[in-house]
Amino acid sequence: MASFSILIDSENLTKKFGEVTAVDSVTLSVNEGEVFAFLGPNGAGKTTFVRMMSCLISKTSGYGRVGNFEIGNRSDQEKIRRMIGVLPENVGLYEELSPYDNLDFYGRYYRLSEEKRRDRIEFFLKMLDLWDRRNVPVATFSKGMKQKLAIARALIHDPQVLFLDEPTANLDPEASKMVRDFILELKKEKRTIFLNTHLLDEAERICDRVAIVKTKLIALGSPQELMRSLQGKKVRVQVQQVNDIIISELKNAGYRVEEVHPDSLVISVNDFTRDNPAILKIIEASGGRVKFINEISSSLEDVYLKLVKVE
Amino acid sequence: MDLHNAWTIVQKDFKVYRKKSSVIYATVALPLIIGVGFPLILNYALHRANKMTPVATVPSLLGAFSIWFIIGAVVIPTAIASYSLVGEKVQKSLEPLLATPMSDGDILLGKIISALLIPLVALYVGSIIFMALNDYFTYKLLGFFYYPNWQLGAVLIAMPFAALLSVEVNIIVSSRMTDIRSAQQLGSLLVLPFIGVFLASELNFFTLNFNNLIIIAGILATLDIAMFFVSKATFQREEILTKWR
Repeated sequence: MASFSILIDSENLTKKFGEVTAVDSVTLSVNEGEVFAFLGPNGAGKTTFVRMMSCLISKTSGYGRVGNFEIGNRSDQEKIRRMIGVLPENVGLYEELSPYDNLDFYGRYYRLSEEKRRDRIEFFLKMLDLWDRRNVPVATFSKGMKQKLAIARALIHDPQVLFLDEPTANLDPEASKMVRDFILELKKEKRTIFLNTHLLDEAERICDRVAIVKTKLIALGSPQELMRSLQGKKVRVQVQQVNDIIISELKNAGYRVEEVHPDSLVISVNDFTRDNPAILKIIEASGGRVKFINEISSSLEDVYLKLVKVE
Repeated sequence: MDLHNAWTIVQKDFKVYRKKSSVIYATVALPLIIGVGFPLILNYALHRANKMTPVATVPSLLGAFSIWFIIGAVVIPTAIASYSLVGEKVQKSLEPLLATPMSDGDILLGKIISALLIPLVALYVGSIIFMALNDYFTYKLLGFFYYPNWQLGAVLIAMPFAALLSVEVNIIVSSRMTDIRSAQQLGSLLVLPFIGVFLASELNFFTLNFNNLIIIAGILATLDIAMFFVSKATFQREEILTKWR
């Protein structure tokens, strides 16, 4: 099961709090350098999964591994914590202290040398455009700045894996963009990032692969794969005018007409290459004039809502 | 437990306290009152106020005053211990700290030291001022330096045990509290048994002499050990993240 390029691995990983199952038999793996989204509604078990993988809470059953270390193994827990960086849902910065001190103490917690701490703090604060405010209390910062600083804190020891729990939750659009751009910068550096989110747009834009969860794992794949696999193939045919003959001829030919509008139809197909010309022929033969035909693609949001609703 | 890790937490906490003047005032006020205020009151009673206090009562008065260092050792860490833990809870800064390689024991030890150190330093400095001022005010009347003596020595031995008990109780209380004030109020109830002992001695049920104070120190040390295990059981990553509210 273990492969050198798989950095996060879980097999039937389960967490129960008393009678309540927070994470139910989740099996997944995340490759080195991949940005992976854990997408699900509130209470889907996203935070619990990250907490288990960061050895903050114990698992109830199943198997979990980060790098070559097993999460349930007591002797591996410190090693896992050394190789990961965690941004919790609440940033939890020391508000009274400056950004420099916040990063410096975390550098010390990871036993970085003074020189390394100084270099890395300077690097991140300059990157985040906070160098000029390095001695100002964090309490005076905007939410977006705090969030970025908290991500830098998670990166201070240069971890192999970064767990980000809802990094843009509760942020205004501008601050969200600021944080997303920062994550995209990290993606360029080929960091392995495990991102918990309930924002579909975020997952679609940033991540290589997405797991949709609602306690259980519902679907897994790249955003494009998920959209393709679940959208169902549909075409929209724009015509001069829709009439009853067109509809009945299409139905007679075995097509499912999903939507009827005065000047357009939405039709389910099995194979675009084979069915599109056939549909055109039927419509023309029924007296209709086709203006254009296009394939309908659903968004990740459609996929997500469909899957989560079914569950 | 790793002392280096614990000390890093202590340094962080000290840096935060420096920005929180209320924490510093709460720590320094009582040792100052005991160390400076009580000798001044005694001096006033002995030399002014129509010399209403007979010289023969000086030793018992000083003995009663010195017990306040133990009471202070219980009260003062309450402010810092509850701030240190509930404050982190309120700021949500415990979770990122728990995600670091530090062990639960390192964090707990750091929190205990940071809550103990400042109050103890303040109390020991207060006790030096207390001894110096009282010797200064009473030397002429008594004809000898009353301090240092074994009774205060026993008080100073009991003091850290009382402070440690206070910190441990506050860690347990803080685990159930969501705001700093409530934690401080509940944690400070620990002072009641100590006030009870003080009143009992004032009512002559027993004397707080060297021997009895050493016995009290021994009882406190035993309680410290027991409470350490209770607070260690309370201070578990999973407990903190899932049950501390």
